[in-house]
Amino acid sequence: MAAVTPILDTPPAVSHDRPRRPRVWRGVVLGVAALYFLVPLGASLWFAVYNEQRGFSLDVFWKIFTAEGFGKSVLLSLALAATTIAVVLALTLPAMLAVRLGAPRLRPVLEVICTLPLVVPPITFVTGIGTVLRWGPDYLAATPFWATLIAIQNETFPVVLVLAYVVLALPFVHRSLDAGLRAIDVGTLVEAARNLGASWPHVMFRVIIPNLRSAIASASFLTLALVLGEYTIAALLGYGTFPVWILTVSGSDGQLSVAVSILSLLLIWLLLLTLSSGGSKRRSSS
Amino acid sequence: MTTDAGTAVRDGGRTRPTGWTAALPLLVFVALAFGIPVVALLFGAFTVRDPATKVSAFTTANMTESLRGNYLATLLGSVKLSAVVAVLGAVLGTFLAQAVVTSRFRALRESVLTASGVLANFGGVPLAFVWVGTLGNSGVITNVFGLGDAGWSLYNFWGLALVYMYFSVPLMVLVVVPALDGLKPQWREAAGNSGATAWQYWRHVGIPVLVPSLLGGVVLLFGGAFAAYATAKAMVGSTVPLVTLQIADALTGDVLIGHENIALALSLDMIVVAGLVMAVYLPLQKRSSRWLR
Repeated sequence: MAAVTPILDTPPAVSHDRPRRPRVWRGVVLGVAALYFLVPLGASLWFAVYNEQRGFSLDVFWKIFTAEGFGKSVLLSLALAATTIAVVLALTLPAMLAVRLGAPRLRPVLEVICTLPLVVPPITFVTGIGTVLRWGPDYLAATPFWATLIAIQNETFPVVLVLAYVVLALPFVHRSLDAGLRAIDVGTLVEAARNLGASWPHVMFRVIIPNLRSAIASASFLTLALVLGEYTIAALLGYGTFPVWILTVSGSDGQLSVAVSILSLLLIWLLLLTLSSGGSKRRSSS
Repeated sequence: MTTDAGTAVRDGGRTRPTGWTAALPLLVFVALAFGIPVVALLFGAFTVRDPATKVSAFTTANMTESLRGNYLATLLGSVKLSAVVAVLGAVLGTFLAQAVVTSRFRALRESVLTASGVLANFGGVPLAFVWVGTLGNSGVITNVFGLGDAGWSLYNFWGLALVYMYFSVPLMVLVVVPALDGLKPQWREAAGNSGATAWQYWRHVGIPVLVPSLLGGVVLLFGGAFAAYATAKAMVGSTVPLVTLQIADALTGDVLIGHENIALALSLDMIVVAGLVMAVYLPLQKRSSRWLR
């Protein structure tokens, strides 16, 4: 620093001259980006509310809620999301604590496991699942295994989707929780709590989870966004979740499908904004 | 982190209950929910079932078939689209990120980063319909500028690339902003004081430091575009040859007798490509952290 400061007398002339050109290209870049990212949002909104025959009307948004199958598909997606969040947290949190407290050698294993789903695209994952689901009737018709296969494919609540979504969510949940755990000294917290006589469930629910609140919230939001937007697996296994419904309804009404798309974008936008503001709040308070 | 583990091990008797038994449910779950389908996929990709006798036999016929003719064309189509999206997305994303990073307005930076976080996650069916409403056959922009008569169509390779950029560019911004932040102003000053031009600074300092992050971003974008299915399905149906669309078609039935496992073989091809891509990405990610502290 000391070496740089004295020379600073001359550079201002240069740096005064320089920013002018960058400012032009910066303006162009930002302008083009703004056009590219904002125009589709505005145009599709206009597409949804304006129609040459009927003119301007917001009816389409009302039509969404009364459309056949809307409520059912949304409820199914929300139920799947809630279950997925509960299962993925119940599985990952203890495992990640274990890695930090008692089994450090398991850490690379856990990292690999939680990265693998990124390598396997959902469409290939679903071909694998489809193959397994077709095994049942062929070889194992009389076994409890077959009964399980049938049970997890229940139309009203397809557990098989929860299984798939938990796997897909692992990388995101792992990353969020890892960041949260990095920020607190788990070892000391647990040791202190245990020395004071707290039971393991007590440690878990009264010490660890409250300290990880924002990390858990961000993991949950990401999982929620993932499940609400997931199309591939649900569609190929033949379940009517929300994204699958959007595509079905588009066959009959283009305007409606664009309107639903905008709404679902807004929903995910809100979710992620809540998430990012929650994250920054934690950062500033800690 | 190692100290955490250290204390816990010393304190063994009391912390033992967490041992690795707490990780067991996750390991079992992944083995069942992830392991079984993947093994089934591998097994299926290398077997053919005789429709008459219902006997399965090991063979590499599926794999060979999946790398021939129409199937190969879809695989190459996906690789081509992903490569175009990855390279263009990385370049444009880097320019956008640089514009934001060098801006004096904090609010601009914050809002672009937040928007990037949202848009990078915006894919699937809704993305396709937002673009159909904009530039589709009866889209608003298409009508306003009469693009339809000028021969414009969204439902082809370049249309798909244009749409995929909508989540790829923001993803690149998220990847490359930390790297651009890591370029210290002192380096630029030092280069300037030594008489280097802006181009020489980028050529010898800026770009070499950024390369790992840039390549990492390219790889990430490639992976995202390569795996995408819902957007393409909702937008173009099967008019653009893509391996994901081909797998879905094969799964839902229209394949020749004896070729049932072709979807599995194609899936395996995809996993191999995606695996290679990740094998490039992970070491790069480690390297990129070297300069950027």
